[in-house]
Amino acid sequence: MTASTPDLLTPVLTRRWLSPRAWSIGTYEQLEGYQGLRTALAAHPDQLIALVKDSGLRGRGGAGFPTGLKWSFIPQGPTGPGAKPKYLVINADEGEPGTCKDIPAMMADPHSLIEGCVITSYAIRANFCAIYIRGEALHCIRRVRNAVDEAYRAGYLGRDILGSGFDLDIVVHAGAGAYICGEETALLDSLEGRRGQPRLKPPFPATSGLYASPTVVNNVETIATVPAIVQGGSEWFRSMGSAKSPGPKIYSVSGHVERPGQYEAPLGITLRTLLELAGGMKDGIPLKFWTPGGSSTPLFTVDHLDTPLDFEGAAAAGSMLGTTAVMVFNETVSVPWAVMKWTEFYKHESCGKCTPCREGTYWLVQILERMVHGEGTEADVDTMVDICDNVLGRSFCALGDGAVSPITSGIQYFRQEFLDLIAEQPTVAQPEQLEDLVGVQA
Amino acid sequence: MTVIRDLANRNAAQQDTDAETRPVPEGHVRLTIDGIELDAPKGELIIRTCERLGIIVPRFCDHPLLDPAGACRQCLVEVEMGGRPMPKPQASCTMTVADGMVVKTQHTSPVADKAQQGVMELLLINHPLDCPICDKGGECPLQNQAMTSGRTDSRFLEAKRTFAKPIAITTQVLLDRERCVLCQRCTRFDEEIAGDNFIDLLERGAGQQIGTAGTAEVEGDAAGLAGGQSYFSGNTIQICPVGALTSAAYRFRSRPFDLGSTTGVCEHCSSGCAQRTDTRRGTVLRRLAGNDPAVNEEWNCDKGRFAFRYLSAKERITRPMVRDSDGVLAETSWTEALQVAADGLVAARSGGIGVLAGGRLTIEDAYAYAKFARVALGTNDIDFRARPHSAEELEFLAAHVVGQGPETLDYARLEAAPAVLCVAFEPEEESPIVFLRLRKAARKHAQKVFHLTQWSTPAVLRTGTPLGAAEPAARDNLIPAVPGAEAAVLAALPQHVVALLTGGGVILVGERAAEVPGLLSGVSVLAARTGAAIGWVPRRAGERGALEAGAVPTLLPGGRSVADADARAEVEQAWGLVEGALPATPGRDTDEILAAAAMGELAGLVVGGLDPADLADPQAALAGLREVGFLVSLELHASGVTELADVVLPVAPDAQRDGSYRNWEGRAREFGPALDASGVLPDCRVLDTLAVEMDADIFTQTPAVSARELARLGLRRGAAPPGPAVPAGEPRHPGFGQAVLATWRQLVDHSTLAVDEPALAGTARPALVRVNAATAERLGLTEGEPATVRTERGAITLPVALTDLPDGVVWLPGNSGESRVRASLGAGHGDLVGVTA
Repeated sequence: MTASTPDLLTPVLTRRWLSPRAWSIGTYEQLEGYQGLRTALAAHPDQLIALVKDSGLRGRGGAGFPTGLKWSFIPQGPTGPGAKPKYLVINADEGEPGTCKDIPAMMADPHSLIEGCVITSYAIRANFCAIYIRGEALHCIRRVRNAVDEAYRAGYLGRDILGSGFDLDIVVHAGAGAYICGEETALLDSLEGRRGQPRLKPPFPATSGLYASPTVVNNVETIATVPAIVQGGSEWFRSMGSAKSPGPKIYSVSGHVERPGQYEAPLGITLRTLLELAGGMKDGIPLKFWTPGGSSTPLFTVDHLDTPLDFEGAAAAGSMLGTTAVMVFNETVSVPWAVMKWTEFYKHESCGKCTPCREGTYWLVQILERMVHGEGTEADVDTMVDICDNVLGRSFCALGDGAVSPITSGIQYFRQEFLDLIAEQPTVAQPEQLEDLVGVQA
Repeated sequence: MTVIRDLANRNAAQQDTDAETRPVPEGHVRLTIDGIELDAPKGELIIRTCERLGIIVPRFCDHPLLDPAGACRQCLVEVEMGGRPMPKPQASCTMTVADGMVVKTQHTSPVADKAQQGVMELLLINHPLDCPICDKGGECPLQNQAMTSGRTDSRFLEAKRTFAKPIAITTQVLLDRERCVLCQRCTRFDEEIAGDNFIDLLERGAGQQIGTAGTAEVEGDAAGLAGGQSYFSGNTIQICPVGALTSAAYRFRSRPFDLGSTTGVCEHCSSGCAQRTDTRRGTVLRRLAGNDPAVNEEWNCDKGRFAFRYLSAKERITRPMVRDSDGVLAETSWTEALQVAADGLVAARSGGIGVLAGGRLTIEDAYAYAKFARVALGTNDIDFRARPHSAEELEFLAAHVVGQGPETLDYARLEAAPAVLCVAFEPEEESPIVFLRLRKAARKHAQKVFHLTQWSTPAVLRTGTPLGAAEPAARDNLIPAVPGAEAAVLAALPQHVVALLTGGGVILVGERAAEVPGLLSGVSVLAARTGAAIGWVPRRAGERGALEAGAVPTLLPGGRSVADADARAEVEQAWGLVEGALPATPGRDTDEILAAAAMGELAGLVVGGLDPADLADPQAALAGLREVGFLVSLELHASGVTELADVVLPVAPDAQRDGSYRNWEGRAREFGPALDASGVLPDCRVLDTLAVEMDADIFTQTPAVSARELARLGLRRGAAPPGPAVPAGEPRHPGFGQAVLATWRQLVDHSTLAVDEPALAGTARPALVRVNAATAERLGLTEGEPATVRTERGAITLPVALTDLPDGVVWLPGNSGESRVRASLGAGHGDLVGVTA
């Protein structure tokens, strides 16, 4: 957190970040850490599920599924599906372009995640929890592993936690660098040691997740929010944000702003306000386009400065809240170039399982690269729009949908820029021309 | 299509009038597809319901015998649930039908149509336009569906993905990766059906490709890992919906539209697979698995698929031969050969003639041998068992096997059984389709498959704990026994195994059981105690039918005992013989016949397809064949028998005749000729003519006539005799430097019918000496280093593999690589052998 406009911010998850050695268990305990856990362990697990339901907490990983409802899907009871072991899996495979909230949260305050894991596991009656962290974030893996060790030593993990009779083990698992493993079922396959590709649903993880057992998969930010809800109550939580999207949210603001960083604000804040918090556009160069929640969410423009950034507001304006990765681009950036770079990312990260995503991204990248290199044809824009239509909603998982979002929204708002590339038609692209196209690199 | 649609519409009209009054049947749902209301069983996939209506939704990854994947996205349709359209088109291969569902396929939904066209275009952007030289061209689902669901031209201006071509998945399956549409049928087959890990997905995104452990790159270098081995890899060629996977033996040899196809059955083992034989200009070019849901579903093994070059092997005999005065076999006319044979046999008749029929006959031929022995030769000295055997086995077969059919035990009941116990039976090596059923049952219905054998073979491991479970396969399905101790182990089975068998279990027993005294008696007792069904699964295709046909020393056709006067009278009447014409004393078995011949106590032998090396003591067998006065051989190929024969009569291979087998279930498996059948004669015809030359009539001029007569004879009257009661034998105890030999044959080995198939031979399991670590230490053996297994007769040297055998036991493959156990060692399962490093 880099801003200091306290009345607009609601530091809940970020409130300890600037404390000395915020990541250590000592600091965490001094700042009310593991108090929520004591409260939770005194309650019945069903009460905790009811509390989280009442709070209206929605998943922070992008889809916004009601968290308490997800927990309530886990079958319970001594016989039938409820008799199987239950698992909690934390999705810490933060890989959406522009998203930078889970890794900072785990770096600055890993114990709020661990405390959330213990409370959640207790609520869903799981005795095993895996935290699946993106493999490239080695620093973060080390930090969370240390924190888990600290928690074991302090008796917050292991056998008979705080004398409650409840047992929990946490394993911190390093991914191997695949964006698709942020998709929950691909994550589960990867965690089981298989090829990371999404699974067919149904069955859903709630009944047949990790090792074919009932499993809750939640995002880091979601679970790290749980201790605060246990302590503050659902009323307090609902005092922030909107009725349907309550609570605070970490907006990771990046790009052409004066002070990029993580801003924790109530859901429903607008880009206009976020820009104020972030010190405005860098060097005063005007805003051109931005993403509300990572590159998989359709682009916004200056027309959307006052769109409330909650699940409903973003959707109503034709995009998605996603991971609240607000990437801000100023007038110097070529939309086709940015879209090409994003598409290269999706082509690289498509898992290959289904045809539309695998072949669509392969084709789209080649068209975009050709256009950006000045070799586009009249038909290219229409062809791309049609390919995107054949990928969107036709692929196996949401990766394909996300892959075409920048293209379709880019063409929707900036079609002329794409057409201009064809009109200019430089016969051979020179490096300096490419520089012009790329624009100022912030 | 139009016709089908009209039909569907008519059916719909019919259904419409009924719909208001007709309740939805139990276990069904009512839905609408393209405006047609119909009922479908709960859990049915939309794509299957469409098929039943005659609406074909294009697809690639979907396969009815594989789990739904939803990977290719070609089968997208529009779906409405509860009056609300789903926001995205749905894959009809993964979504099941529901009550009130409204489905619109490409025929009625522009959205579904465009989605399908879009996916097809995406599939084609990276597919080469090499149809004119592709094996699949003309029978290609991609080609066909590109016509029904594709654009007429391509908008793709960019560079297509290319790969070095081809790579070898196995020696017989080649992969051209640029043709692959990554539907993953092959990898799913491998994971779900075969479980062999011989093929998998590598890399990701547009770089994703099919490969093997051997072709995988790790950090930019070929990892050089050993790939998996499979007996089922050929199925991937058949289910590949494009021309990516091709057969090394068939590749570039023919175009589908030049082939003539015949449906038939496989001659290799007793599974009884339906198959399709494709021929061109008098040559068999390839064989495919036939579709028979009751038997092999749509699979076959690689031996069944690829081993047919024996038809054109240089050892094939096509002309009759008679040994001349110089002792040289010379080709001659049928007339002369039959005359010489008849004269010789007539002359020898008074001194006794034995008949060794061999285990590969059709039931019609086996019947001809059985009748020829009784009518033309006046003897019960006939045996089809061209392998180690016992009198106990004959009693067991008479009590539990003969006369049984699929109504007692079939593949379906085998699959549904809660537990199966395999006794001295190695399903994957001996009856691969039985293995696939067991694996399917273990995987889909959590069937417990126990194996009373010597070590955790691949089949033991792959019929273990249901797949997908997290825990490593629980090794609780191996019931180990020292060779020779199987009967004692069977008598003391763990209580939970007995309990599981008691609830509708099945006991499968293989030919090796005949080598263990008391084992078949034990099976008989266990079946009586638990009520478990018995399945006898011989290794060869002809044995089950030969038993029914009476090609055994103690039984006439239909399981009638030769010692039963009423049964004999019944047969005499049917055969038009005078009363008392049939010999009443039980005959001698294969070993006894050959021993008698060696001792000069037998004047003649008539031998069908039989390899002396397959018998318990090949040296003794050869002595018998050498010493016998007059030897007639009916054969396909030059063999150890033809070398010694006085008269050699060529017989027709399955590809040039009709006939039928009884598979292990007792199911009739009929086939017709795939090639022109003129100029070749089946065994039954040869024997019929030979009998005529000997002034006897057996009336088996054609397989059809033979089959009709056998059917008229029917089964024995009265109850089956009691099972054998041989006490359990004791295993041998190895002395210093010794071990007890365990051995059985592998599916792909030196078998005669697999000649001239180097690509198939390349997929054989390696020939290894197996011992456990303690025994290796005791004997001074080192893993990977050579060890020599020795008897007084000879020695076999092979690399050592440490395996979970019982202490003091050494395992050798029966007839693989350097290991020809019976021929080299004169020893078999349960015998003591010396082992040195």
